[in-house]
Amino acid sequence: MNGVDFGHRVVVARGPGPLSVRFGARTALVCAGLGLTALAVAVLGLGTGEFEVPPGEVIGALAGQGSGATRLVVVEWRLPRVLLALLVGAALGLSGAVFQSLLRNPLGSPDVIGFNTGAYTGVLVTMLLVGRDYHQTAAGALAGGLLAAAVVYLLAYRHGVHGFRLIVVGIAISAILASVNQWFVIKVQLQLAVAAAIWGQGSLNTVTWEQVPPVAVAVALLTAGLLALGPRLSLLAMGEESAAALGVRTERTRLLYLVIGVALTAVATAAAGPISFVALAAPQLARLLTRTAGVALAPSAVMGALLLTTSDWLGQRLFAPTQLPVGVVTVSLGGLYFAWLLARPMRKAAP
Amino acid sequence: MVVAEGRPGVSAQRPAGLAAGDAGRSGVLLLLVAALAATCVLSVAAGTRTIALGTVWDAFAHFAGTEEHVIVRELRVPRTLLGLLAGAALGVSGAVLQAVTRNPLADTQILGMNAGAALFVVFAIGVLGLTGIWSYVWFAFAGVAFATVLVYALGSIGRGGATPLRLTLAGVALGAVMSGASAGIRLVKPRAFDYLRFWDVGTLAGRPAQIAVAVAPFVVLGLGLALAAARSLNAVALGDDLARTLGAGVVRTRVLSVLSVTLLTGAATAAVGPIGFVGLMVPHAVRRIVGPDQRWILAYTMICAPILLLGADIAGRMLIRPAELQAGIVTAFLGAPVLIWLIRRRAVSGR
Repeated sequence: MNGVDFGHRVVVARGPGPLSVRFGARTALVCAGLGLTALAVAVLGLGTGEFEVPPGEVIGALAGQGSGATRLVVVEWRLPRVLLALLVGAALGLSGAVFQSLLRNPLGSPDVIGFNTGAYTGVLVTMLLVGRDYHQTAAGALAGGLLAAAVVYLLAYRHGVHGFRLIVVGIAISAILASVNQWFVIKVQLQLAVAAAIWGQGSLNTVTWEQVPPVAVAVALLTAGLLALGPRLSLLAMGEESAAALGVRTERTRLLYLVIGVALTAVATAAAGPISFVALAAPQLARLLTRTAGVALAPSAVMGALLLTTSDWLGQRLFAPTQLPVGVVTVSLGGLYFAWLLARPMRKAAP
Repeated sequence: MVVAEGRPGVSAQRPAGLAAGDAGRSGVLLLLVAALAATCVLSVAAGTRTIALGTVWDAFAHFAGTEEHVIVRELRVPRTLLGLLAGAALGVSGAVLQAVTRNPLADTQILGMNAGAALFVVFAIGVLGLTGIWSYVWFAFAGVAFATVLVYALGSIGRGGATPLRLTLAGVALGAVMSGASAGIRLVKPRAFDYLRFWDVGTLAGRPAQIAVAVAPFVVLGLGLALAAARSLNAVALGDDLARTLGAGVVRTRVLSVLSVTLLTGAATAAVGPIGFVGLMVPHAVRRIVGPDQRWILAYTMICAPILLLGADIAGRMLIRPAELQAGIVTAFLGAPVLIWLIRRRAVSGR
């Protein structure tokens, strides 16, 4: 505790040499709380289903003990899904925080630059022309999404990319792609349209172990990239001129953040489909809880992971044996939680 | 908060857009009215079967009951009227929404309106088993009204009342819950999915003349309310506090605007389905032409939006004769390039 009074408790940890970390006490507490809740939900998710395992045995099985059957179910069948939910949720929360800070708009999300709509177009085309296999759909989604994002960036580029211009061009291109998607959906057979719609909601139903390592590596690398950029994101969120005055090379930094944000979304979309709302809601939910001025990366990531893990568990259990696509639950659950946070009597920091 | 809201009302740095001065703006407006009239005539004459203008005149002046006369009176004229009403309603509701939420990304999705309409229509088709066009109409209208009331109520709870940010977040939250619910019903009931993939697109075709007559009073009332609120929306664009200082009734303006948006969106969505892009795009484009004054923006939007919707409808009829492309699909293809051109036009645009 030293120096400036920020109006909230701040902890500064100084390491050897130039390393030091400063974080708000409340933010740290919220992160820890959300993280523990997410882990608790994960353990719960590992234990419930057709074959019930009590939480104690789940932890035992994870540590390598317990009977063969228990370990088969918990580690081989359920663990990849839960891990992927945590990873994808964190990735979406991070990308949402990046986009909302960059675009300085609480409605900013990867959708804004056309990624999800493009990914949907990619999947529809792939399903129609190539096939409906998991890897084919993932590849189609990646290609479509990245292509759409690149087109938006290039069309918005003119002596640099201005945040607002990026948003408007993104809206325009998304609208065109959405029309293409709608045209596909009314032209193709009903069966294919339903399959595409299920993919379009986002689902973790077909996850196996082989999908986890690539996602984990990608998310870890991108997170490292974000950390390496340091506090520049919150400086950019203060506005172009202020950031430049504080020594941020705005154009280059923004491009780097955009690439990381799009890559995070791409990883999540390829793994689980375009799960909507997590990227939009997680940063704002985290902000309401931590009561920080702007959206922050770490709380958004943890909140995203918690949201997605909980939603996936509920999606499996609510109408069992019918499994709802996780995206359907994310929007309902996240939306209700959001509504509750808004309706809660505000003490100090009304948004 | 750091995530600053965009402010469409003050978005252009220089107050004047393409058309400077009131004389210039009035001149361009007259030209646009002429263009709208020409579009209407074209909409009556053009189509799978092109009808000579003389015959169109005869259909009214000397009705002889020939096939062409019947086509004009029974199909083309109602369709054109519907396009006029729905176009103006969608455009103006978008303009008012963007002004009142002070967010250039706001559209009817944002206040959860389309989600509300979709939920009610899904319920009518999927659960109650209704399929007639008249059941869509009133269910869609009721859905929009239901969603708006709910969002406004949630947004007004707590200190500070319904600020633009709270309204936006409440809309996002409740809209998400409702769209999650309707997606759930759709995926469980393939029959509803099949009907709804067509409703989702939005079209002017196949609507009986009585629908235009039924929604007309709501549209007229909504447009009147919007115009009444226009002057104080200019003040609200400067922020609530400054608006109050300038003597504008902030709460009154907000209630008037939301009421107007509900009437307009409800009527339009009921009549032609959720065509989102018109309300999002036309106010943006218009703002680049006339500058930030809401009164001019509303007047221009009222003329330009029907031109876009009717133009899209005509193009949809002509492109793949004798089949038709739905107007909802074509609007984005016509509108998006214009929007991108406008936003790229100025080298260093205001925002």
